[in-house]
Amino acid sequence: MIDRLNKAFESRVRLGIMAVLAVNEWVDHAQLKEFLSVTDGNLASHLAALEELKYVQVRKRFIGKRPNTSYKATTAGARAFRDHLDAIESLIPKP
Amino acid sequence: MTDQDHLQELARIRGLMDRSTRFLSLSGLSGVLAGAAALVGAFAARAHYTALYASGSVSRENEGLNQYDPAPIIERGFSEQVAFLVLDGLLVLAIALIGALWFTWRRSKRTGQGLWDASARRMLWNLLVPLAAGGLFTLALLWNGAVLMAPSATLVFYGVALLNASKYTLDEIRWLGLSEIALGVVAAFWPTAGLLFWALGFGVLHIFYGGLMYLRHERGNAAA
Repeated sequence: MIDRLNKAFESRVRLGIMAVLAVNEWVDHAQLKEFLSVTDGNLASHLAALEELKYVQVRKRFIGKRPNTSYKATTAGARAFRDHLDAIESLIPKP
Repeated sequence: MTDQDHLQELARIRGLMDRSTRFLSLSGLSGVLAGAAALVGAFAARAHYTALYASGSVSRENEGLNQYDPAPIIERGFSEQVAFLVLDGLLVLAIALIGALWFTWRRSKRTGQGLWDASARRMLWNLLVPLAAGGLFTLALLWNGAVLMAPSATLVFYGVALLNASKYTLDEIRWLGLSEIALGVVAAFWPTAGLLFWALGFGVLHIFYGGLMYLRHERGNAAA
């Protein structure tokens, strides 16, 4: 049972990122930071890890002259997140 | 982790997903339709005024300088122009609301996001509180004879309402709100051009941002 828990989501920040991306299309760095109340560096390293796993897709573009980076969950990322939630749920004894 | 931890973790995730959900089914086309209706309404008001001036039943001095003197309105009741303006405005509002509902309903079928889910309720609540305050405030302005301040007041309150609701929906709404506020503030210092500002704010800005929203979020995603 425990095996079904995804190691990638052991971090609360990573799980939080996936939760936000599960219900939104593209979310930019600043918005993620606000939702999760984490520092830039912390968020960036977790996002990099998720990108490495191909769980999130990254889009860099310019809005006017300012660079803007947005993230979106990939199909694989969304499935992994759902499976992880199911696994947590199955660990809780039914009342 | 204990069961209690797992429960807490689930609650945290649920809360995060709920808080971060934006209402994305808002259709840009509803903005375009509302803008077009507002422009027609503004032209109707303008034509009505012009006709009244031509017939000599109102003089410009009466409308301009004595606008803060409540006596004329209280004596005459709501004057014919004010009645026409209110009716005109309500008609534009009705068309805009019906259009917004229709286009957004159509879009929500495509996005699969409910029309009346938590994100929609949160957005509407944040929109309606400042909007209702603005509506009552504008009625008070009309009642006290400050007719020329009404366009500015409606623009500012509408802008504040949009800015407030924008946290829970598409980002363009924030810029629309800021533009309406700026326009309303300028209009406050130029009360005799109220109708022009009203047409710019409710007509041109709606068409512009509505079109932008449509192009950015809907046309490209039509197949998706």
